[in-house]
Amino acid sequence: MIQLIKKSYQWLDERFHLTPLIEFMRHKQVPVHKHSIWYYMGGVTLFLFIIQVFTGILLLLYYQPGVDSGYESVRFLMTKVSFGWLIRSIHSWSANLFIFFIFIHMFSTFFTRAYRKPRELSWLSGFFLLLLAMGFGFSGYLLPWNELAFFATKVGTDIAGAVPLIGEAIKIVLRGGEDVTGATLSRFYAFHVALIPALFTIVLGLHLLFIQRQGMHEPDYFENLPKEKKRTIPFFPNFLLRDALLWLLVLNILLYLAVFFPWELGEKADPFSSAPEGIRPEWYFMFMFQTLKLLPAHVLFIEGEVFGVLFFTVAALVWLLVPFWELKFSGKGKTRPMKIVGIVVILYIIALTILGYIL
Amino acid sequence: MSDRYFKLTFICSLIGLSFFGLDIIFAQDEIQLPENDQCIICHKENEILPEDFHENDVHLKSGPSCAGCHGGNPLKEDMEEAMAEEAGFIGTPSKREIPQFCGKCHSNINIMREYQPRIPTDQVEQYYTSLHGMKLKGGDQKVADCSSCHTAHGILPAKDSRSTVHALNVPLTCKKCHSDPDYMKEYHIPTNQFEQYAESVHGIALLENQDTGAPACNDCHGNHGALPPGISSVSHVCGICHVNNMQYFSQTKMAKEFEKLEIHGCEGCHGNHKVLKTNDDMVGIGKNSFCTECHAEGEKGYAEAEMIHAELMLIVTTYDSAEALRGKVQRIGMDDIDINYLLQESHQSLIKARTLVHTFDHEQVGEKTKEGVDKAQDAIKLAIKEVKDYKTRRLGFGVATLFITILVIAMFFKIRQMER
Repeated sequence: MIQLIKKSYQWLDERFHLTPLIEFMRHKQVPVHKHSIWYYMGGVTLFLFIIQVFTGILLLLYYQPGVDSGYESVRFLMTKVSFGWLIRSIHSWSANLFIFFIFIHMFSTFFTRAYRKPRELSWLSGFFLLLLAMGFGFSGYLLPWNELAFFATKVGTDIAGAVPLIGEAIKIVLRGGEDVTGATLSRFYAFHVALIPALFTIVLGLHLLFIQRQGMHEPDYFENLPKEKKRTIPFFPNFLLRDALLWLLVLNILLYLAVFFPWELGEKADPFSSAPEGIRPEWYFMFMFQTLKLLPAHVLFIEGEVFGVLFFTVAALVWLLVPFWELKFSGKGKTRPMKIVGIVVILYIIALTILGYIL
Repeated sequence: MSDRYFKLTFICSLIGLSFFGLDIIFAQDEIQLPENDQCIICHKENEILPEDFHENDVHLKSGPSCAGCHGGNPLKEDMEEAMAEEAGFIGTPSKREIPQFCGKCHSNINIMREYQPRIPTDQVEQYYTSLHGMKLKGGDQKVADCSSCHTAHGILPAKDSRSTVHALNVPLTCKKCHSDPDYMKEYHIPTNQFEQYAESVHGIALLENQDTGAPACNDCHGNHGALPPGISSVSHVCGICHVNNMQYFSQTKMAKEFEKLEIHGCEGCHGNHKVLKTNDDMVGIGKNSFCTECHAEGEKGYAEAEMIHAELMLIVTTYDSAEALRGKVQRIGMDDIDINYLLQESHQSLIKARTLVHTFDHEQVGEKTKEGVDKAQDAIKLAIKEVKDYKTRRLGFGVATLFITILVIAMFFKIRQMER
């Protein structure tokens, strides 16, 4: 058996020159310091993405998009297909954890200032991955065609319609018409299983390529240490094993959530009924949704909703371009201005999210 | 297009739009009354319109107007000429004349066909078979005539919710006379029908829930031919809606016995105006049972009532247990679709069994309850299986966690060993 593997490797190596790649991985070193834990967040996010791909493919075997079949096929999957309930529940929980870990990964990158030169493109690609992940969440939420998803999509696409000049066109493209109908479901399905995965795979590939090429970012104090004082571990197998250990723990948490808090299906969407109480988007959209709700009807001469949408568009641009406008550290013993920016953003997101659930 | 033509088109459009705008404004402010109708013009000017006059009155809107009923010439401006006998002026009919007065048109299919091709034309004929009609013929000046219910000058189609004879308003219209003790004094009949009806299952459905499918006074007593249903016809009246109950009951020996004893069929147990929501204890030998009012212990009827009640209780308790388990299955997020179907079928059997109570035969009731009990028991079996599956899932998670934990510990030691 070992002989066979060796022979296969030789056969491939002869043609694709794999040895330099293995050597690269073997010699790649990962710094070890008090902030090393944050290195693992990207790995966990990647692990959850892999779970999403696998469970998503399994769900595809049964899911039938359509006003008369979307809800029914998910119900069939959850009730009649062996372990269908588990796969759907894992897919839903994993989607939420996926976005949660993207946020953790992003803020850890922000606070360790890993976005600085030469890693600007890693930050930019990461930010696009966050947007695509949110797109995954928004499009996937509607697919079971249940009451909550239907009305949340209606509200969500209405907000998109508030964008000045192009909003109405965006809304019509998203909905496939004036209202949320079967046409919306068909195109959300296409976005969720074809368009976004394709884009995500490309951007993720670039993101990973940048990281592999540039290596892990080292914090300032670590970077300034003499070489002999820098503690490192090999990427392969040490770092990968540590990664795998964390992945297993996350998998266990995921299984716990899926078994003990199975994702509900709710009532089938009825476009002619009035919106039920408590319509709210997924938690990761909540801070934006709540901001729009709290804004007055008019801010200066602009409509409140339009102002909110403009504000978040500008905020997203500012956040995207952080590597290019970073406020520099001034003097010893002072708090870094970027740290304050990060804390304010986190506090804002947490406060508005909590308000969204209690108000 | 030249500049001149453009200006002309613009001005014309502006004038057209202004007319359109004015049209909307006036249409909102004023109801269109018949043009050149001197009766309306003069009576309006002199403010001597009838008390119940309504501008939406069906006769005013669809053509006959005042002269259609009262005669005269509405085109003459001079009052003497317009209201001259030669012009066919009749004036106000006496109370006794009202049915014939309305019947001039409403009993003539050739006239009525112009307005509503399918409208019945036997109202006057039916009216004279009613107690109201018979008494009016006998000279009673207090009984209801056409205008008492429909009004005289504010008549609206029955489907109009403002009409006095709209399904939701019928009880209030009858109440005007029938709940007035002074007015009804000489007829020596009760005046609490409306209060009783309002508390009944029918009254709650109609008056509180606005369910126009629920029966109002006219659905049981008739409208134009209003009469209280007699002993033999009560079950037929109730049977208009409660078809199966009526059929089962009328085929029993009890129906004939009731007639002999002068007990009004359905009314004997359910009452008349105050028909309350039924419950399973109305049958049997308990203190709320109606059976024991006639059947004493030791009699065949007594034993039959006891057995029927027992059959009903069996299906009710089995169904309730299944329903409780279904709730549990739903709460824990397991599959309750098939359980729901079975419970629906069981509930259907329960309803049919309750209807079969009117056969007073425990075997017929038992046949149906058995069907329902079987379905409810199948539902219970399914629910128990789902609860078991739920526990198995947790056990499965426990086993998976155990393996994962062992793997995590093993990896942890391996990493430590490697980095030592």
